[in-house]
Amino acid sequence: MHELLTPGSDKPHLLLGNEAIVRGALEGNIRFVAAYPGTPSSEIIDRFSRLGDEAGVYVEYSVNEKVSMETACAAAISGVRSMCSMKHVGLNVAADAFMTLAYVGVKAGMVIVVADDPSLHSSQNEQDSRFFARMGMVPMLEPSTPQEAKDMTLAALEISEKYKIPCMLRTTTRVNHCRGAVSMGDLPTESPRGTFEKDPFNMVVIPLVGRKLRLVQLEKMEKLQEEAERSPLNRVEGQGRWGIITSGTSYPYVQDAIGELNLRDQVKVLKLGFTFPYPEALMADFLKGVEKVLVVEELEPVLEDTTRRIAQEKNISVEIAGKGKDLIPRAFELDGAKVKKALHHYLGVPYEQRALFAAPELPMRPPNLCAGCPHRATYYSIRKIFGDEAIYPSDIGCYTLGVLPPLKMGDFLICMGSGASTAGGFSKVLDRPVVSFIGDSTFFHSGITGLVNAVSHDHRFLMVILDNGTTAMTGHQPHPSVELTPAGKVTPRVNLESVVRGCGVKRVFTVNPLQVKKTQEVLQDLKESMKEPGVSVLIAKSPCPLFENRMLPKKSKVVFQVDPSSCDLCKSCLTELGCPAFVWEESASGETCIRINEALCSGCAVCSQICKSIKPKKIG
Amino acid sequence: MRIFFTGVGGQGTLLATRLVGEAGLEQGLRVGMSEIHGMAQRGGVVESSVVMGEVSSPPIPDGEADILMAFEPLEAARALPKCNGKTLAVTSTVPIVPFTVATGQSAYPSLESLFEAVEKRVARFVKVDAVELSKKAGSDRAGNIVMVGVLAGLGWLPIDRPNWEQALRKILPAKILDENLKAFHLGYEAGAAAK
Repeated sequence: MHELLTPGSDKPHLLLGNEAIVRGALEGNIRFVAAYPGTPSSEIIDRFSRLGDEAGVYVEYSVNEKVSMETACAAAISGVRSMCSMKHVGLNVAADAFMTLAYVGVKAGMVIVVADDPSLHSSQNEQDSRFFARMGMVPMLEPSTPQEAKDMTLAALEISEKYKIPCMLRTTTRVNHCRGAVSMGDLPTESPRGTFEKDPFNMVVIPLVGRKLRLVQLEKMEKLQEEAERSPLNRVEGQGRWGIITSGTSYPYVQDAIGELNLRDQVKVLKLGFTFPYPEALMADFLKGVEKVLVVEELEPVLEDTTRRIAQEKNISVEIAGKGKDLIPRAFELDGAKVKKALHHYLGVPYEQRALFAAPELPMRPPNLCAGCPHRATYYSIRKIFGDEAIYPSDIGCYTLGVLPPLKMGDFLICMGSGASTAGGFSKVLDRPVVSFIGDSTFFHSGITGLVNAVSHDHRFLMVILDNGTTAMTGHQPHPSVELTPAGKVTPRVNLESVVRGCGVKRVFTVNPLQVKKTQEVLQDLKESMKEPGVSVLIAKSPCPLFENRMLPKKSKVVFQVDPSSCDLCKSCLTELGCPAFVWEESASGETCIRINEALCSGCAVCSQICKSIKPKKIG
Repeated sequence: MRIFFTGVGGQGTLLATRLVGEAGLEQGLRVGMSEIHGMAQRGGVVESSVVMGEVSSPPIPDGEADILMAFEPLEAARALPKCNGKTLAVTSTVPIVPFTVATGQSAYPSLESLFEAVEKRVARFVKVDAVELSKKAGSDRAGNIVMVGVLAGLGWLPIDRPNWEQALRKILPAKILDENLKAFHLGYEAGAAAK
C-alpha cells in the first residue's frame, strides 16, 4: 500500500508539503487530478500517478497547465471533486481558463494548487501568484507547514463547494519541499458518479451570460470575505504593543524571530491562512490594537498594500511598514535571520548579528548535462555545422543547461514554447541563420502553436526537437509521444514526426544524435536548404539514458577509454563535448592525461566518433 | 537544533536527511525538514536541512547551523557561511571532483587547505572516510548511511540508538536494509570513537 493511503491514525507521518496536499485531497474525496509537472509542484501529480489506481482517482499528466485546469474543471462541474496543480509560471499558461472559470464556477469542490518559487531555485522568474487570486477573484488559502497544507486542502474543498467557485491553494517552495509531521485523517470510501445538468445560460460565457456572472461573482466575493473574516485559518497570536501581519512560508520565520529575540510579550501576530478575499475587518481590528505593525511577506507587498489601504479607509492611525531597506526584502526568500534583522531595525530591539564566515574561493559545481545525455551530442553536431554565426533560441528543460560552457548553446529564452515562436521573429529581422531548440515534452506543451505560426508565415529557421522520450527535467514524467513505460516499449499515442508534418512542415528529418557523422550530414543538408524560406525541423531522437535505465532491463555495458599512447592532449573532448565522465588529471608519475571515469561513462560512444584515441572496452 | 546537509547530486544526501528527520520523529521530537529538488541528478550541489525542537522554520539562515553534515570536502568548505564558532561539523573526506575541475577549468584545492578552512572556524570538526566504511559494509553506495551513523554515534542529537535503527527499517527497502544497517553501525562506531 502507498504510504499516502495509510488508514487514518494518530501516528504522524513525516510528509513533504506536496505529499500532505495529496493526502488532503484523498481525505477530501478528490477523484480527478490533472497536471503538467513543474518544480516545486511536481510531486503532487507524481504521487497521485503512483497511487491513483489503488485509490480510485483518475490521474492524468496533461499536456500543459491550461489543459489540466480545463479537464479538471469539467469534472468539478459534473459533481466530481477535482484538483489541478502547477508551478507559478504554469498559472500564466492556465490564466485564460482561470479568469473565466471563476465566473462560471463549479459544482463539486475544485482546488487549484499554485506553487511559487521565491529565490528561483528552479524557475525563470520570481512572480507572485497572489495577484492572480485578486485578478481572477478566486479565494486563496496559504499554508505555512505540511500539516497546514493538508488541512487547507480540505478547507479549500469546503470553501469551493460552498461558494461554487474554485479555490486556489498557494504554496511556495519551502512549503512544497519541506517535510513535517502530518496527522492522517480517515479516507472516504464512497466515490461519486459524475452528473451533468444542462444550464447553458450560466455555463456558456457569451457576453450576455458573462455580464450576469460578473455581478454574481462580485456578490460571491462579498460572502467569501465574510467567510474569511470568521475563518479559523486566520488568527491572532500573542500579545503586545507591536504587531506583525504574515502568512504562508513567512509565518515560521516570524515565529522563530519572535522567540529568538525574546519578543513574546511585546509582539502579537496576525497569522493569515485565508488570504483572499482579505479579512479586512479582522485586519482593521488588529491594526487598532497596536502602535506599529510590520507586514512580513515574501516577494511583492501584497498584504502590505492592503494593510495600508484598510488603515486609510478605516481612518486608523498606525505606523505600517513592510518592504524597504533594512526591513523586508522584496527579492528572494526570507529566512529567520532576515526577519530578525527587520524587527531589529523597525522596533529598535537588540539583535547582534553574527559576523558571517566567508567561504574560501572554491571551484564551482554547476549542474551539467549527464554523461551520455543525447542533448550534448545534438549540440556538438549543431555547433560543428552552424558555429557561432547562428542565433540559438532555446526553451525550458534539461537541454537549457546547454547554455553553460563548454557547449554554450542557447541565446534567448523567456518561457515554455518561446524557442519555437521567437525563432520566427529573429529570422524576420536578422540576416543570420536561426536554429531553435525545444524538448519533446515542451513541444507538446506549447511549441506546436509556434510551429504552426512559423509555417503559416514562412519563417526561415531550423527547429530542433530534442526528443529524449520523456519529461526529464522534472523527474521523467510521461508525455503524448512517450514510448518507454514501466510495462515496456509501446507505440506512442501521438507520433511526434506526424504532428510536425501535420503542422505543414515539408523539411522534416529524424536522426539519432548519437550517430555523429550521419547527424552532421543531415544538418549540412538542412543548412543548404535553409537558403529557401520556410521552416525545417530536425527531430534528434534518443532516449534519456537515466530514464531508459529505469524503464528497460540493463544491457551489457560497454564503456570507453582514452588510449594514452595516441592521445595528443588536444583537449577537444573537454572543450567541445564537455562530458562529465572525462577527467583531466595528473598521473602518479606526474604526467598530465585525460581519463574517462568508467563509473560515469554511459557507453553512448559519441566521444569515440570524434576522437580516434577513444576506444571501447567491454565490462560486466 | 539546526542541522545543515550538503553534498553532490547522486550521494543520497536527501535520503540521509530524511533518516535523521525520521529518527527525530521516532524519538518524539518536533521535526521539520527542507530540501531543494530539481538539479539533484545533474551533478550540482544538493543542500537540505533538519530542524528539531524549538525551531519552527526548516531553512537555515547563514551563520545559524548548529551541525554541519558535509558529504564531500569541497562542499564542507562551501558551507562555511552557514556555520558559526559553535558549529559541530562532520565531513566525508572523499572528494567528488566537480566538472569544472575535471575539464581543467579550475583546480581542486588540497584537502588540507579545505579542512583547515573549516577546522579553524568551527567548534568541532570530524573527518570520516565514508566511502571506505561503506565498502567495508559491502556496498558502494552506503556512504550516506555511514554519515548518518557517524552523526548518531557522536551523540550530538538527543536521539536513542534504537530510534535511529527504527528509522532505517522504516525508510529503506528490505533488500538493501542489511548492508545499510551494517554501514550505519560502522559509522556509529566511528562517530562514538570520535566523541
